[in-house]
Amino acid sequence: MIDPIKPPRRKNPLLRTRLPASPPRPRSRTSHGFTRAAAEGRFMLQRCEACGSFAYPAREACPSCLSADLAFVDAPRRGMLLAETTARVPSDVYFRERAPWRIGLVKMDCGPTIVAHLHGDCAEGAAICMSLQLDKSGQAVAFAHPEGDTPNMADDKQWREMTADPKFRRVLVTNGRGVIGQEAVAALKAAGAKTVFVGVAEPWRPFAGEERLRDQDGIEIVTLDAADEKSVADLAADIGGKVDILVNTTEYVRPGGLLDRRGTSIARDEIDQAYLGFINLAQAFGPAMRMRGADGINSSAAWVNILSVYALANWPAFGAYSASQAACLSLSHCLRAELRPGGVKVMNLFTGPVDTEWFQMVPPPKVAPRAIAQAIVSGLKGGLEEMYVGDVAEEIRQRLAANPKALERELDR
Amino acid sequence: MINSLRAPYDGVVIAAPVTIPYVRYSIESAQWWIGRALSALVAQAGIKVSDIDGLCVSSFTMGTDSGVGLTQHFGLCVRWLDTIPLGGASAIAGLRKAARAVQARDADIVACVAGDTNHVDSFRLTLENFSRFNQDAVYPYGAGGANASFALIARNYMRTFGVTREDVGRIAVAQRANALRNPHALMKAPLTMEQYLAARPISDPIHLFDCVMPCAGAEAFLVMRDETAASLGLPAARLLSTIERHNAFADDPMQVRGGWAMDVGELYAMAGVKPDDLDVVQTYDDYPVITMMQFEDLGFCGKGEGAAFVRQRDLTIDGDFPHNTSGGQLSVGQAGAAGAYLGLVEGLRQVLGTAGPTQVRNASLALASGFGMINYDRGLASGAAILAGPSR
Repeated sequence: MIDPIKPPRRKNPLLRTRLPASPPRPRSRTSHGFTRAAAEGRFMLQRCEACGSFAYPAREACPSCLSADLAFVDAPRRGMLLAETTARVPSDVYFRERAPWRIGLVKMDCGPTIVAHLHGDCAEGAAICMSLQLDKSGQAVAFAHPEGDTPNMADDKQWREMTADPKFRRVLVTNGRGVIGQEAVAALKAAGAKTVFVGVAEPWRPFAGEERLRDQDGIEIVTLDAADEKSVADLAADIGGKVDILVNTTEYVRPGGLLDRRGTSIARDEIDQAYLGFINLAQAFGPAMRMRGADGINSSAAWVNILSVYALANWPAFGAYSASQAACLSLSHCLRAELRPGGVKVMNLFTGPVDTEWFQMVPPPKVAPRAIAQAIVSGLKGGLEEMYVGDVAEEIRQRLAANPKALERELDR
Repeated sequence: MINSLRAPYDGVVIAAPVTIPYVRYSIESAQWWIGRALSALVAQAGIKVSDIDGLCVSSFTMGTDSGVGLTQHFGLCVRWLDTIPLGGASAIAGLRKAARAVQARDADIVACVAGDTNHVDSFRLTLENFSRFNQDAVYPYGAGGANASFALIARNYMRTFGVTREDVGRIAVAQRANALRNPHALMKAPLTMEQYLAARPISDPIHLFDCVMPCAGAEAFLVMRDETAASLGLPAARLLSTIERHNAFADDPMQVRGGWAMDVGELYAMAGVKPDDLDVVQTYDDYPVITMMQFEDLGFCGKGEGAAFVRQRDLTIDGDFPHNTSGGQLSVGQAGAAGAYLGLVEGLRQVLGTAGPTQVRNASLALASGFGMINYDRGLASGAAILAGPSR
């Protein structure tokens, strides 16, 4: 039974901020099959295609038949906790300052035994449900939960190290003028965020949905134009030390590709808003977030990008927009590497066309802004790195994996 | 396929037990410690360095060196060379290989040496780079060395067989009593059962006195044929039997037995002795619960009877079951791979009658065992050897 976490007290500025440490990071290349699975919240193990047996840890040959044909496949999550121990004085700095720390050995129903971090409600001899999580080093680890829900389950201290749960954290949603931003604010607030700062450019100009943000408890409208370096720097100077989760909801969608446009002015706007806006936000807020990755219950935890799935494969109907999104995707990998020493996750949500005015002429299925907001929250709670929201995004992902050239041809319609 | 019976070790003897006294931390390198051991071997055996024509080395902290680099480093010209990275099983494995080398006359005098230094960060670096499975699937969990992994094994073993901490503690307490007679043991203070039980928890159920202290040191011995020893006038012990096994019982969900259990019948059959005949036993004691497991797997009692066994027997030097007479790794210290040698070298001294303050009266038959390489969830390597002194 987990005690609920308490709202953090106001920070004492005289006390030293605890610096982020990283759990051990080295992994074999093959072991990154687990990293890929964990990034998407899947539980995968290697299974021998020749004899069907599952193996763990990551191997280059099947221990039952020596076949090299080991594929990472979605695997049954159920297992039994054989034995547990509580490490009280680990030699590793990260674990030492978080001790006591519980780990155990789990016999999976599908065969292998796995050393795993234990949720506080896991009991020896009882069934557990296994997941792969990204720890503060950004690498995959096995995490055993009780099979069913238990009270205050998400408040478990070891589990919270794996996630970026909004509970009691302070969030900056960068663009509150759009519906996606407004839905994100509502969902994060509902998920227990202490404060949601909502960026609005030129906030004296009225906008649709304004009443959902103004004068709401725990929601603060702040002046922010991501494309404007000074605007971003000014806001960071004000609240940069208390942004625990940043949700980049910058939207700048314009149809068209290359030949039907004249000049580069629209492309420049797309780059200013999406790409340079991203850089401005990262430079202004990134360093403090990286510094505060171990700063207690409301440590900085995650950076969320909402990207078009056409960042992965250009959709000529929105060709220049797709390219701006691809640039942001590339930049997100850079940001992930640079925030990693702070243990701050970078989560990318890939969406298909959203049900907003700029995709008016696109036929359904389209993604509801509320679905994106819910995905943000569930991704943060699950500690994910990649999410595909909606049917179009999921389909593009699968088609890209199956045959990128076919996808390129078929997007040209 | 049925394994064939191995040929006996006829004519193989072991001589010149060498221990370079341990220190908790050393600013010297592993090569320095190995060099001291080689020098002591030569001095004790009364031979020239050039008489050594075989070398077998084990170390965790030699950096990029293997055995071949050491030949040039120490001015050795050998015709047989091995580097054995088997942790706590290195001594038995090295002895077995050296025995066959001298038996087949690939070499006449093989120096078996293990040495490690201990800088303030050596232990952590060894842990970080231990093995691939450890890197991928153990070290990221904060296991911080073997403590957490052995804690899981100990917890399961103790629960399965109804073993209490006090049962396990008898081994550690008896070894400390032995260590007080060994001037080289790093642990100098007596240990009572009350102190053992009150020790601070490290990784439940492992507490402080269940853990070895990493240190620097070296151990060595020579392997040769009996006629070589005789021509040198060197007191030597005969190698009666050995076993070695890796990754045994892979289907056991958790380790409750080591590889010894697969081969123990052959161990005694080849030696022509029974467990009761042994005068002194040196087990590999990285944790006392592993020693208890060895009492069972090496045939001193049945599986699950280890706790009753240690309750009934006196494990001290003057007791009815003299065990880890030097104090073992638990009380002498664990000098890396030299920890594998500690028991074998002490056992050799015992049957040669040169153990001094830790000497068991009239000891002529000794067993030493090794255990090592907790690669993932269990120790993979195990081995044992039986030695007979000149008086037998």
